[in-house]
Amino acid sequence: MANIQARFQLDWPGFTLDIDLALPGRGVTALFGPSGSGKTTLLRCVAGLERAPQGFLSVNGEIWQKDNYWLPTHQRPLGYVFQEASLFPHLSVMGNLCYGMKRSANVQASALDKPIELLGIGHLLDRKPDRLSGGERQRVGIARALAVNPRILLMDEPLAALDIKRKQEILPYLEHLHDALDIPILYVSHSPDEVARLADHLVVLEGGRMLANGPLAETLARLDLPIRLGEDVGTVLDAKVGAIDSDWHLARVDFLGGSLWAREHGIPIGRHVRVRVLARDVSLAQQAPGQSSIQNVLRGRVDAIGNDGHPGLALVRVRVGDSMLLARLTKRAVAELGITLGQELWVQVKSVALME
Amino acid sequence: MALTDGDLQAIWLTVRLAGIVTVILLLVGTPIAWWLARTKAWWKGPVGAVVALPLVLPPSVLGFYLLLAMGPDGPVGHLTQTLGIGLLPFTFWGLVTASVFYSLPFMVQPLQTAFEAIGDRPLEVAATLRASPLDAFFTVAVPLALPGFLTASILTFAHTVGEFGVVLMIGGNLPGETRVASVQIYDHVEALEYAQAHQLAAMMLVFSFLVLLGLYAWRPNPKKG
Repeated sequence: MANIQARFQLDWPGFTLDIDLALPGRGVTALFGPSGSGKTTLLRCVAGLERAPQGFLSVNGEIWQKDNYWLPTHQRPLGYVFQEASLFPHLSVMGNLCYGMKRSANVQASALDKPIELLGIGHLLDRKPDRLSGGERQRVGIARALAVNPRILLMDEPLAALDIKRKQEILPYLEHLHDALDIPILYVSHSPDEVARLADHLVVLEGGRMLANGPLAETLARLDLPIRLGEDVGTVLDAKVGAIDSDWHLARVDFLGGSLWAREHGIPIGRHVRVRVLARDVSLAQQAPGQSSIQNVLRGRVDAIGNDGHPGLALVRVRVGDSMLLARLTKRAVAELGITLGQELWVQVKSVALME
Repeated sequence: MALTDGDLQAIWLTVRLAGIVTVILLLVGTPIAWWLARTKAWWKGPVGAVVALPLVLPPSVLGFYLLLAMGPDGPVGHLTQTLGIGLLPFTFWGLVTASVFYSLPFMVQPLQTAFEAIGDRPLEVAATLRASPLDAFFTVAVPLALPGFLTASILTFAHTVGEFGVVLMIGGNLPGETRVASVQIYDHVEALEYAQAHQLAAMMLVFSFLVLLGLYAWRPNPKKG
């Protein structure tokens, strides 16, 4: 099976990395963790920009590092997007795109067409980097990494250096990449929102060690993980737009286990979407709720109860059909409602976010 | 009053010497500067200090040791004699050799600063875009350090033109061979030809001022990456 195997150990003053993991050979894998957790160092080890002695790395069957064998970065068929776009200031946008393309085997000039179109930078080709906005620079940086026709794309917090507006400008391009590329993407991020929108697979790192490694929805729904998400604790559902109520500007999304209504964003019926449900927006009730402003009500079964970050709070995992939702309740509410494992409850969802 | 043939010969010799030294130092100084800018080895400090020595040493000290080294009993002298070149002191090429040492910091230090200013990132980017280290040096580091190359070359050229002490120690005062403009001025003064001395000295003054004016007035725009 095509996949990525990595084993790295580093012992630096004040920082250690000790990682042994297998990742899927396609789709977007998010490397998530706070700063200092080693996620960027892990990515740099994969790229060969850092050298972990005696490490091991194989990418879809090709060995890049083993024992004393170590393939230098410029011989690894990868694309790398840095946090700052790091364009070459002495070259135009076109010159930047061509730099890697010219040095890659079996890549024709026409290989530039797809990245230029995917990132929407056709009108910028003659400009120098200092004539681009921050968002445009990062789009060129991503296109430049794709122009070498890589077999894996490594992205190191490509949005972290941008303001909210620029992030919103680039995120749709990244979502588009996810659908358009069939190579694996390793995406370093400390933003739960980016992870929820882009990732298929989630690796959680802390203090140079791996805390979790699994499919996104499953990993987000784990209660035993101190995934330091704070207010962003929640789950992600794979869903499809089932109906649109144009009078009320609402869309119905159907997932395995039920349906939810969400604000309509012009996503057509039948389109696959991701629905992000934050634990703080989910409440539980013993009786069927009567008249309420919360109109999304589902039937679920309590699957697990765990602690949240605050001593007064609990996280309750509820299984709705084949999907999982998390609810953040006070521990007093858990006690007074008498919530127990296996119990059937009403699940009220106050708001959800649709992500294409 | 016009320049004498001797003056013109001295000027031409000076320009030739400075030009050749600048070219040689571009070739020799660039790898040294690159190494100093990138290495983490402990002997970076000692090497940097040796490169900077000509900045503080009296030219006579430097010239004295070079004279011994290039003389018949010195290691360089042995080498040149074995190679059939003969002895270097009191020849044009001896002067070139000495000037290369004398002007070394003026080439290496601006280049080292320029290379350090580039940082690791552009070279890492180049590596992820399939460029080998040598390829990245010529296609990324050199273009980004171009202002540094210009500064270093101009300083080296001008500093070699202004050399005097080392020339006297190594080259003596042979017309057409080692008598450069600064020595020619000294000769004029010794012979009490003040008018002649004035003429050459004024030319040197104006030349030096214009070079430095060019360097200080010229400021490249800060680049954004």
